[in-house]
Amino acid sequence: MSETAQSPPVIPIARAVQDRVNPVETDSANTFDLQNVRVYYGDMLAVKDVSMGIHHNQITAFIGPSGCGKSTLLRSLNRMNDLIPGARVEGDVLYHGIDVYGPKVDPVQVRNVIGMVFQKPNPFPKSIYDNVAFGPRLQGRKKNLDDIVEEALRGAALWDEVKDRLKDNAYGMSGGQQQRLCIARCIAVQPDVILMDEPCSALDPVSTGRIEDLMVELKKTYTIVIVTHNMQQAARVADMTAFFTVSANDETGSRTGMLVEYASTSKIFSDPVDTRTENYVSGRFG
Amino acid sequence: MSTQTVELGASRSGEPPRSLEAPSLRIGERIIKALLWSAATLSVLVTTGIVVSLLIPSIAFFQQVPLWEFLTGTVWAPAFANPSYGVLPIVVGTLTVVFFATLVAVPVGLSSAIYLSEYASPRVRRIVKPILEVLEGLPTVAIGLFAFAVLTPLIRQLTPFLPWTGPFSIGVAGITVGLLIIPLVSSVSDDAMRSVPADLRQGAYAMGATKYEVALKVIVPAAISGIIAAFVLGISRAIGETMVVLLVAGAGSPVLSFDPTKGTQTMTAYIGSTATGDIAQGTITYDSIFAVGVLLFLMTLAMNILAIRLVKKYREVYD
Amino acid sequence: MSDSSDKPNLSDRVAMPARTRVAVGGAREVTEAMFSSVDRAKKIRGTIIAGVLLLGLSVALIAVTAMVVWAFIAGWSRLSINLFTNVPSVVNPDNAGYRTAILGTLYIIGGVIVLIVPLGVGAAIYLEQFANPANRFNRFIDLNIQNLAGVPSIVFGILGLAFIVRGPLDLGFVAAAGSLTLALLVLPTVILASREALRAVPSSIRDGSLALGATVWQAVSRQVLPAALPGILTGVILAVSRAIGEAAPLLLVGAVTFVTFNPSFFEGGYSTLPTMIYSYASRPQESLQTLAAAGVVVMLVLLIMINSVAIYLRNRFERTW
Repeated sequence: MSETAQSPPVIPIARAVQDRVNPVETDSANTFDLQNVRVYYGDMLAVKDVSMGIHHNQITAFIGPSGCGKSTLLRSLNRMNDLIPGARVEGDVLYHGIDVYGPKVDPVQVRNVIGMVFQKPNPFPKSIYDNVAFGPRLQGRKKNLDDIVEEALRGAALWDEVKDRLKDNAYGMSGGQQQRLCIARCIAVQPDVILMDEPCSALDPVSTGRIEDLMVELKKTYTIVIVTHNMQQAARVADMTAFFTVSANDETGSRTGMLVEYASTSKIFSDPVDTRTENYVSGRFG
Repeated sequence: MSTQTVELGASRSGEPPRSLEAPSLRIGERIIKALLWSAATLSVLVTTGIVVSLLIPSIAFFQQVPLWEFLTGTVWAPAFANPSYGVLPIVVGTLTVVFFATLVAVPVGLSSAIYLSEYASPRVRRIVKPILEVLEGLPTVAIGLFAFAVLTPLIRQLTPFLPWTGPFSIGVAGITVGLLIIPLVSSVSDDAMRSVPADLRQGAYAMGATKYEVALKVIVPAAISGIIAAFVLGISRAIGETMVVLLVAGAGSPVLSFDPTKGTQTMTAYIGSTATGDIAQGTITYDSIFAVGVLLFLMTLAMNILAIRLVKKYREVYD
Repeated sequence: MSDSSDKPNLSDRVAMPARTRVAVGGAREVTEAMFSSVDRAKKIRGTIIAGVLLLGLSVALIAVTAMVVWAFIAGWSRLSINLFTNVPSVVNPDNAGYRTAILGTLYIIGGVIVLIVPLGVGAAIYLEQFANPANRFNRFIDLNIQNLAGVPSIVFGILGLAFIVRGPLDLGFVAAAGSLTLALLVLPTVILASREALRAVPSSIRDGSLALGATVWQAVSRQVLPAALPGILTGVILAVSRAIGEAAPLLLVGAVTFVTFNPSFFEGGYSTLPTMIYSYASRPQESLQTLAAAGVVVMLVLLIMINSVAIYLRNRFERTW
């Protein structure tokens, strides 16, 4: 269980083909195609002109210093930004060619297809069972609910630890277990994509290792996008890595995030094109 | 989303992309949202209702009694054969109540708040706060009765040098209203002081300040807008109090007087005592209730808006 | 050095060179000495101030106690079952009771609860969970509710008289009119308390639900509302206890008559406990004063029971997120 956490970080060989990097046209191998995406909070431009493709069944990591807009961009993929008054997205966020912000698109349905795991574990103050069954119940899948819950908990590598206490309150679990419960809760909804917003930042190294193992397992089924502060984490789990940075506007005092470089993880960490990327991954900045 | 499978393990990459359109119109959701909106909007209708119900009879009233005469007249005798509608006597009655209430509630409420916020242990807070809430929740008719039976004789005995006449006293009514609003003043000030950030407090202690210095020289000034809001809310409540005044100051005919030992009417007492009698709708006496109501509403409105502003101010600074 | 202090400190636990140890110990002693040398005058002044503050607090506590004790003493001779079973009367004060007034209060409070729970909680849910706080109309609603909470109760009586008893609703002087008037009076309190309870539920619960594909109402009804329920319930109970003791607005909407028959909701005169107490108290006979005090005891016992439920709920379910 804890081997991953203790073993020295190994940079996995990227499975991505180099020519898939920075796609302009919609690529059938992509889950998402972002074209000139800009996110505003009121008048403030929070993220500017991001274009990138996110591949099927891979883990894509967003890295960069605080305030670089990586979480903001992540939240724009499943329209969680809609919940913030004044937030607005320009450009195209295409999910299999469908505009996520299109007129006929329903944000609730978007979140059914594109799930999310948050920075701080946020289980509901209910039983472990009810936490996992929440999504299926909403979808009206009430038959075989026990099986669905078991399946999801197994999927999140949590079943063996909790199978005897499914009726216990989720608040009694450890932080790492709570986060895996949130992952189980998410996969019980049967999404296509799982977005993870710094899922390990509140966890200890052992729990982090288990979640990283889990991510690698989950990408067989799901497309995963992860925001992380932890460069080693990106190096350990991600196939593709996008490096963002932030520039401050001295006149208005606003800070705008931008995409610097997007490539296979091995390229970002061993042979980056941009000097800003090189400085960041080598620890000289940020 | 047409097929629902239990299996979660199957890879989905070969399947066609899933639709992002709403599977249903979510009509239930829309209806519920509309109902909730109506509930929230009801409060606007209530305010509108209050304004309309006050204004229509008042307009009729002011067609017969000039506004200037109403506001500056010193004789309030609506029930007499030769009626007079000068509102000053009952306004002075109300102001006397506010004066004595403030005299009691400001020092007592503020010191309770300072004690609870800066001195009391969590245990003491847990016991004392509910008791203060009980005082806040006591029916005003019960407090009025108590004041008439106990407080009035007690205060008379303590101050034999004052020219007491009759069983009623507007001053005692004010003191009683003061007791009544202590919990309000105390809890709003307490909230304001507790929302002063802990680092300000710790910073002062770190510079060697003692407890009372921190409380009086750091916390109270930092929370001052909230504390003033507490006083303003207390005054607003004192202006609007009816039962205590009816019971302690009597419902007798009002005379323009600043003597706290005599009984007189306030604006609320006039409304309360006049509306209970059977007076015909459409008479000028009936309409006078609403004219006084307008004045009462405007006075408390000004106080409430001021208090809301002040509370908002400290919330903006510290939250 | 550090030996003089019995508290464990750094130099006891960590191995250090001798000179460092001396320096650390010295630094500690000097610092400690500084904290213990608050001058005597300041200390005394501090104690006096604490005493004065405590005195202020006790005024409030003494007032509550004195009131309760007085009511029991003054009403003692009339505290019997007759109080609950006999009808009001001024002609025969020794046998008069509160039966119809107690029933009237129960009727009215029943109506108040039925009205304020859906309306108050509904408005709070809309304002906290659905409304865009930047929207002008929503900000106006918010300000309006805060102001309504401070409007004098007798003004609500005027509203009741002009709109409910007469005017558009034209219900007449019946219990339903009293109920509706009191419901409007305490509605802002219920809304503000419910909003506070909803706001205390961390937004991560709501966001978590929405991220799982819940609609806003599903997130609220299945996760946020259940978590806020104890707080909302406390707010409702406190609002109801305020309504029970309220007399002023009822004076205007008809609750003063000496009814000798059990009330009905939409027909005939009605009375309530607080207005009945006022009616007895405003008459000169000694025996009616006693009866009024006994009525206060009944009301206090009712209120203390209700408030204990609220306090119990709060202590039982208080959760720190």
